[in-house]
Amino acid sequence: MTTTIERPEVITPEELGGPEGHHPDALHGDADHGHHEGPSGILNWLTSTDHKVIGKSYMITSLVTFFIAGIMAVVIRAQLLDPHTSLVSYQTYNELFTMHGSLMLYLFAGPFAFGGLANYIVPLQVGAPDMAFPRLNALSYWLYLGGVITMLSGFLVAGGAASFGWVSYAPLSNATNSPGAGADLWLMALALTGFSAIFTGVNLVATILYLRAPGMTMFRVPIFSWNMLVTAILILIAFPVLFAAVVMLFCDRHFGTHIFSVEGGGSPVLWQHLFWFFGHPEVYILALPYFGMVTDILPVFSRKPVFGYKGMVFATMSIAALSTGVWAHHMFTTGVVLLPFFSLLSYLIAVPTGIKFFNWIGTMWRGQLSFQSPMLFSIGFLLIFLVGGVTGVLLASPPVDFMTHDTYFVVAHFHNVLIGTAVFGGFAGFYFWYPKMFGRMLREGLGKLHFWFLFIGFWVTFMPQYLLGLHGMPRRVASYAPDTGWTTLNVISTLGTYVIGFSFLFFLINLMVSWRKPVPSGPNPWDGHGLEWFTSSPPPHHNYTHLPPIRSERPTWDYNHPEHRTVVHKPKGKKFAAPNKGDKETVGAPS
Amino acid sequence: MKVMSLFLLGVAVFFGIIGVIYWFTSYEDAGFLMLIGAALLGLLPGSYYLWWTYHMKLQPEEDPDAAMEDSAGTVDSFPGSSIWPFILGMGAMFALLTFVFGLWLAPIAGALILSALIGVTVESRRGGAV
Amino acid sequence: MATALTWVDATAHRPLLSTSNYMSSPASVIAVNAPSTDPTDPSQHRVSGMRRGWITALIVGAPLVLAGCNAYPSYGADPGATKQGSDTFKLYSGMMTTGIVIGGFVAVLILWTVVRYRRRSDEMPKQFHENLPIEILYTAVPVIIVGFLFFFTVLTENNVDATQPVNATVTSTGRPVVDITVTAFQWGWRFDYTGLNVGVVGETTNGPNNKGPQMVVPAGETIQITLVSNDTVHGFYLRDFNFSRYAQPGVTNIFDLNVLHTGTYDGQCTQFCGLYHSEMLFSIRSVTPSAFESWASAEVTAGHTLQGSPSGAGNIPPPNTRTTPANAGPSVASSATPKQKASA
Repeated sequence: MTTTIERPEVITPEELGGPEGHHPDALHGDADHGHHEGPSGILNWLTSTDHKVIGKSYMITSLVTFFIAGIMAVVIRAQLLDPHTSLVSYQTYNELFTMHGSLMLYLFAGPFAFGGLANYIVPLQVGAPDMAFPRLNALSYWLYLGGVITMLSGFLVAGGAASFGWVSYAPLSNATNSPGAGADLWLMALALTGFSAIFTGVNLVATILYLRAPGMTMFRVPIFSWNMLVTAILILIAFPVLFAAVVMLFCDRHFGTHIFSVEGGGSPVLWQHLFWFFGHPEVYILALPYFGMVTDILPVFSRKPVFGYKGMVFATMSIAALSTGVWAHHMFTTGVVLLPFFSLLSYLIAVPTGIKFFNWIGTMWRGQLSFQSPMLFSIGFLLIFLVGGVTGVLLASPPVDFMTHDTYFVVAHFHNVLIGTAVFGGFAGFYFWYPKMFGRMLREGLGKLHFWFLFIGFWVTFMPQYLLGLHGMPRRVASYAPDTGWTTLNVISTLGTYVIGFSFLFFLINLMVSWRKPVPSGPNPWDGHGLEWFTSSPPPHHNYTHLPPIRSERPTWDYNHPEHRTVVHKPKGKKFAAPNKGDKETVGAPS
Repeated sequence: MKVMSLFLLGVAVFFGIIGVIYWFTSYEDAGFLMLIGAALLGLLPGSYYLWWTYHMKLQPEEDPDAAMEDSAGTVDSFPGSSIWPFILGMGAMFALLTFVFGLWLAPIAGALILSALIGVTVESRRGGAV
Repeated sequence: MATALTWVDATAHRPLLSTSNYMSSPASVIAVNAPSTDPTDPSQHRVSGMRRGWITALIVGAPLVLAGCNAYPSYGADPGATKQGSDTFKLYSGMMTTGIVIGGFVAVLILWTVVRYRRRSDEMPKQFHENLPIEILYTAVPVIIVGFLFFFTVLTENNVDATQPVNATVTSTGRPVVDITVTAFQWGWRFDYTGLNVGVVGETTNGPNNKGPQMVVPAGETIQITLVSNDTVHGFYLRDFNFSRYAQPGVTNIFDLNVLHTGTYDGQCTQFCGLYHSEMLFSIRSVTPSAFESWASAEVTAGHTLQGSPSGAGNIPPPNTRTTPANAGPSVASSATPKQKASA
């Protein structure tokens, strides 16, 4: 059956008796949910091309990989509880940290953002009926699921999973040092998820460029969608390089080439160049979507527009651009890269990141802040990412990098950054949009318990790791000598990990409670700003039957609060005249 | 259109400049080539969009005062549901696993990919019927 | 509002850096200000401004006070046992102070905003969305700060990476630079003293007293290390030297170390290099120049020469033949621990 998408109609506050009594889902009741004519049940899951179904599949799959990788992290920390713990063998330990990193970075943090939340939210935010290429979207999910299965199946083959770290440095990853199918499966999983990411990137770019609703000019696109656009461009720059590197490494392993081996005239450093040319943009592919989520959440719970909208957009662009020019700051200690060039560009990333921080503070400034779970997680993100950012500036300095490279200082730094973004930002987004996706609320009390245990557990886990690194503990060690003096800090860190693990019980209970005893959310539980809060929760098959006029980056807010709407653009009075006609800029309530 | 073309051309200009600086300060070829590749990635679609910016009437999504009627009508037609992405995805997975576990997987992969390609083509020809 | 102003005025003259004052005050601030919920009340903004200045002074001042006690607070790092390492340490310390000041300022700003602007009424806040001068300010100031950091980074980096010509007579004893070729391998280290005809090789051992091979160097003199690897990428790292460098196949890294004092410094491979990565230890013992010379001749007498244990991949013992490190004290290499049996 073919689906034909018609543009939705416009409604204005004058219809429906003004915004007070406005409930968009009153306009399209259950009948609209029946628009979906495809099969139901498991066949629906297999055949759906609806971005909402695919987005949910992505989110569930990536959360499963998150929990698997999280359990690995707990085992890793338990192994380091005291010197020479024999919980797992060296080989198993090496497999565990490799897979922990690989699952978290390739299969959770990225796909959760650009496959899960972005897939679901971006078409809603720009007023599109679906993603631009629905079948390609479905294909990218199945490639991703294939990647997950392939990577995890490494544990089942002889010789175990890949055990060369998530960066897979040549020549450790060649056929001599890492024989066995586990390493090959790891490479194939990267190829599959790489293509899945590229397809999603193409889809996001096309959706944001071509499927925006009338009036949704580029500078009215919400920051989350803007960040996803920039992320998608970064994906298109970075992932093909990864794929090329993976193919080369596979040829080295099996087809007798010597691209990364000295014996045949190749260069092991080339792998590091290729990998980090992918790897550093990848870090921002993992971070920018979560910046966007927080930027969308803070204004809602402050009841204000985002501060410095254009500054935010340009900061995102600068971060993305600079991030592609700094790959070799992961290679300072190789001794073969140009230190000042990469150092300066790395330092410069601090500037747009600082702009973002001050804009986030400016958004909250003089607002009316309320602290529901999404806001708590966002503030947690701000504080944790701040520390990660400050230590990141330190690491941009080659001498300081010499001093801390490959120690737990770096481990603590990137967990500060990645847990700050992907976990705190990600769960902020999840708590924020969960009502939109499932039409029911998560419990506030359980959400707050989740936040506080996670927040405290985070600091207890990772602050000691900074000290461990400064005391000389290298990363990726399965044991350490008792006389190193690292035991106490390791014990504290491990206990913190248990607290983090415990906190997720509240999350799971929360999901279960909301599933068993649903509290309906209505279309707009948070008094949201973006277009996504205009439609019902969950949205009908093609998202919108009606759209409000789009005159700023927060059309739903403008619709619900006409007296407090943002009118950045000077309207021509065509459809939706501003109250103070003639004002260049009308901000706040008209007098 | 204009914002987008400037955005993509900005990508091209930035990586062009960085690439040239990088080459003349380090003479390292891998990074230089990748930077120039990134510049081309911005240049090609960017200049395409720039051309269309001046050869296309203002699109409703670019018009700050657009009303919904401006873009009324059908956006596109496509299958409401389709099994072929799943078949193709699994086919791709088996194709890659062939490299790991041996050629005995190749017929499975080939059959899945081939049927998916035929299926998706037929589906599109028939206007979306599965 | 009068009470609030009185309170702030009274405390403004208290010592800014008193910890007890800081700890006890926020509660009273909230209590006093609570009745006023009008965000447009100008007097309240004045209070906010003054309190903001007060907190800013505190967070900027506290590290300065710390720094006053010690020009380079350690922040958990080692002051550096080499000339290069102490340069790095000073840079680290300075950058950390800067980072704590700026990060602390932003953190306090976030927390203060969160506490100050928590929802107190249903009144709609003013819907402002930009302030160009402030935005330009917080773009320009970080650029300047980053410029300073980069300047000091380049200075330090040039010092750390500076190398002497190998044959230069630069040591206090008139001897040429001690030239040591370090070969990292799975899993151990080999130290070849080219000019002295001494070769020390040591594998990782798997006992609790494993310290790996030991490199003996003269204190106060320039040592030039040529770092290579024949198999995978390894990391040559000493915590006390604040330094690490990759040993990579196909790349020869040369760097100088000037160990300042006598002592023993533990080192370890930091770049993951396979199964026994965590046991790839070594140490550097720095001795007086005369002790170094007698050590070198004793090594030659004992047959630990370049010829006696020649360099090169073919001569590095395979990992499963566990020999006693040449210079690592009592042998602990004989028995494998249970976990290694399990992993084998």
